[in-house]
Amino acid sequence: MSFITDFINFLCRPAILFTLSCVAFYLVLFPFREKFAKKSALYTILVSMAVFILVSMLNPTFRDVVTKADNVPIVLMLFLLAFFCWLPLNKAVKNDKLIAEGKDVENKQEAKELVFTWPDLIFSEFICAIIVWSALLIWAITIRAPLEEPANPVETPNPSKAPWYFLGLQEMLVYFDPWLAGVVFPTLIVVGLIVLPYIDVNPKGNGYYCFKERKFAITTYLFGFLILWIVLIVLGTFLRGPNWNFYGPYEVWDLHKLEALRNVNLSEYIFRYAGLNGGKLPDFWLFRELVGIVLVIGYMVAGPILLAKTVMKGFLEKMGKPRFYIMVTILLLMASLPIKMILRWTINLKYIVAIPEYFFNI
Amino acid sequence: MPGPSFPEAPEGISRRSFITWLSVGWLGFGAALGAGLTAVGRLFFPNVTFEPPQQFKAGFPAEYAAGKVDERFKKKYGVWLVRNERGIYALSTVCTHLGCTPNWLDGEQKFKCPCHGSGFYATGINFEGPAPRPLERYKIGLAEDGQVFVDKMAKFKYEMGQWNDSNSFLELV
Repeated sequence: MSFITDFINFLCRPAILFTLSCVAFYLVLFPFREKFAKKSALYTILVSMAVFILVSMLNPTFRDVVTKADNVPIVLMLFLLAFFCWLPLNKAVKNDKLIAEGKDVENKQEAKELVFTWPDLIFSEFICAIIVWSALLIWAITIRAPLEEPANPVETPNPSKAPWYFLGLQEMLVYFDPWLAGVVFPTLIVVGLIVLPYIDVNPKGNGYYCFKERKFAITTYLFGFLILWIVLIVLGTFLRGPNWNFYGPYEVWDLHKLEALRNVNLSEYIFRYAGLNGGKLPDFWLFRELVGIVLVIGYMVAGPILLAKTVMKGFLEKMGKPRFYIMVTILLLMASLPIKMILRWTINLKYIVAIPEYFFNI
Repeated sequence: MPGPSFPEAPEGISRRSFITWLSVGWLGFGAALGAGLTAVGRLFFPNVTFEPPQQFKAGFPAEYAAGKVDERFKKKYGVWLVRNERGIYALSTVCTHLGCTPNWLDGEQKFKCPCHGSGFYATGINFEGPAPRPLERYKIGLAEDGQVFVDKMAKFKYEMGQWNDSNSFLELV
């Protein structure tokens, strides 16, 4: 028994969980897409999620975390998420087949059988409203509001967690300076979403689900949403415990869990450990951080040019320069999040550029 | 010669009632505006509990044991007093990452922030998690009556080389 729980705890370590989610993401979207689009796959996933959670509730730590008033709706939302990821995939696979056979997509066939707003639509909306309303009522009556003691500036709850929809941001804050993770990245997410319709001018997929006609767009978007947002929320909700340490799902939340998190800046790696400059950090910040600055500028400037000449040549030709470079810049910024997280988990890298003198760290 | 003819006033609205309603309207508008502005004025007097004094006396140096972090003044003043072999210094309880309050973990001999996991040594130096710089120190000295005196108005930052300042450390040897 303890072997299994230890193994699952091990799988839930951040680096492993992140890698596994990426692998699962690839497997679902590419080699096994058609299998996952079947109804039986949805039932299997939902049932195994439920079984996993119910069996795991035998474990007191897991039960405490999952049944915490804040977390109950998050658990329920995971089921909804699975369903709403499956639904478009299911339709997309059907439509891909129809398109390959040269037939009309599903929507166009449906469009021939029109129904009336009243009573058909209004009636089902009314039923939905009643179901949602009663669910809210039951929720409000059965689960108490998770209120805490009055706020006190010198006493921060331990662990101190943001609302669930911000836990992805809070997780980002562990890896980046506040001005990046708290200001620049959220702005970029919003700007990126606004810019989407202007960069993505592929008219295919308008008004119907498909996958093969817009592989890149769908994969990139879903990677950002599922891996860089949902996985981080799950990490933050279920796996972060006291002192913001990682705890496996069955691991007791020990306030005194000791984790060696000695984080090292890139400049320290270069000078202290590689022994450049006699193992001493240069006093002037520009010399100290030169390598990091060159790396960051290289990533943001040479990166797009390199991509344009190699892997994404076809995109440049199709999209034109302005669209392409805006898209690649946003793409590289998005990729910087997992890159930095992996660097932190593997070589304990703290900042690539660290200039605390000017509150500037990347 | 007949005078110029004016169109008749529309029925139901006399000049008198028009003026009356106009005045009522303006008075009502003025009253609403006045009430609104008064309510805005109330915002200039927020419901605050005023901060405790920025300077305080923290007992006699003999009360401090070497190598111990004193948490007595954390709750009221937001200050940890730490005694090492050479003397005492006053650390701010504000995490330099995003301003949460870290906890002193005696077993691990470190300050650990519950928000994003930043960790600091007893000296205040940051060594883990995202905090970009060490905890700040406050001005510390001896009052005339021999008690330790902490002044939060003056801050000393390590990364600016200010911890060498004699006011940032109370030498007791």
